Amino acid sequence: MENTFELSVTVNGTSYQKVVDPRTLLSDFLRNDLELTGTHVGCEHGVCGACTILLNGDPVRSCLLFAPQVHGQEIITVEGLGTVDDMHPLQEAFREAHALQCGFCTPGFLTTLVPWLEENPNPTEEEIREAISGNLCRCTGYQHIIDAVKLAAEKMN
Amino acid sequence: MKPAPFKYYSPHSIPEVLDLLNEHGYDAKILAGGQSLVPMMNFRLVQPSVLVDINNIPELSYIEAHNNGIRIGAMTRHSQAEQDPLIEEHAPFIHETRPQIATVQIRNRGTIGGSLAHADSSAELVVVTTALDAKFKIRNQKGERLVPASEFFIGLLMTSMEPEDLLVEIQIPSLPAHSGWSLKEVARRPHDFALMGVAVVLTLDKKERCTDARLVYLSAGDGPISAPEAAKLLIGNEITPELITAAAEKASKDEIDPGSDIHATAEFRRHLANVLTRRSLEEAHQRAKGGK
Repeated sequence: MENTFELSVTVNGTSYQKVVDPRTLLSDFLRNDLELTGTHVGCEHGVCGACTILLNGDPVRSCLLFAPQVHGQEIITVEGLGTVDDMHPLQEAFREAHALQCGFCTPGFLTTLVPWLEENPNPTEEEIREAISGNLCRCTGYQHIIDAVKLAAEKMN
Repeated sequence: MKPAPFKYYSPHSIPEVLDLLNEHGYDAKILAGGQSLVPMMNFRLVQPSVLVDINNIPELSYIEAHNNGIRIGAMTRHSQAEQDPLIEEHAPFIHETRPQIATVQIRNRGTIGGSLAHADSSAELVVVTTALDAKFKIRNQKGERLVPASEFFIGLLMTSMEPEDLLVEIQIPSLPAHSGWSLKEVARRPHDFALMGVAVVLTLDKKERCTDARLVYLSAGDGPISAPEAAKLLIGNEITPELITAAAEKASKDEIDPGSDIHATAEFRRHLANVLTRRSLEEAHQRAKGGK
């Protein structure tokens, strides 16, 4: 049985055409086929948030999508947020406020928070806690992540 | 943890979906938002050989006011419903339920129809639509039918839909004047599956006597669990603190059947049900007295 899907998708502004097995998870497609390994795979069942990417601007779990489902759509991964020389203000704030230790969860926090900060430019601590409630971090205890979000909000205003 | 192989279809119209469901029967599974199905496939708890992706059918996604209530297309995503002014106006109970459902990433993808068709007994929408007496519009190749919530949910992750059926719309009637509602739950973490929860709808007459009461519990059995005996204690009477206590006792002792697991014993869940019933009845009562 021939079982392949010809996928066209735009990731971080670049168009890709790839032939995939339909059961390929989007998270695996990004990491294995496109070699964009910034998207991390933690739990693979939608709990940890490490694999969060932006699908047409909205944060979603890439481990809960099959690659063919993003045919014709636009994706931004953590690689699309900034570069080492030109970081997003949120990335700068994460560095300055020590919002990461091992860094495994960081891509998911960043992709969740970038669109959120645009809609919530002056968040309270409670609102920040709610915003990151879909992302697990096992190192920081979240406090420095919250500090970083406040700092990023200041930088972006 | 990778899904077993399947054949993937992404039809662009409802008739195409119905053809595929008719052809493949029990071998096929509908992929809506996938926020429950894909984890189950990743664990290989389910291994459909055919996956029918209905995300490319825009006509399944809408929210519209109709007669005395609203109609919601099955593929409307939670995040769309969350921000919709029509839902806020005509179905405030649904509106207030939204933020309690899962996390933002899940709500951006998960759909209202998908959540209801999955029929998880710990899902908020399952108990709220039951308490609101919602109707489910189901289509297959032979035609369409309207099924009330009480006949839609029939057991653990089970609905009365057949393999060739597609849930296309959810109809939420507006509540009568002098109605109040409340959803209370206890979860170990915000947005996580609740250990226990209850959806309550109360309607009063002009003399503030209760004319209708519905209590529906989540995580209390195989499906949404109603408590008609507790409701009977309330109907016909003025709602007093004593009556609320009696109804909470009745429901939590005699009408629910929670299980024990690693997170909570059945006894603790009954205790939670008692407390949550009192709190939700109090809130619903206040809303009914203050409401139009």
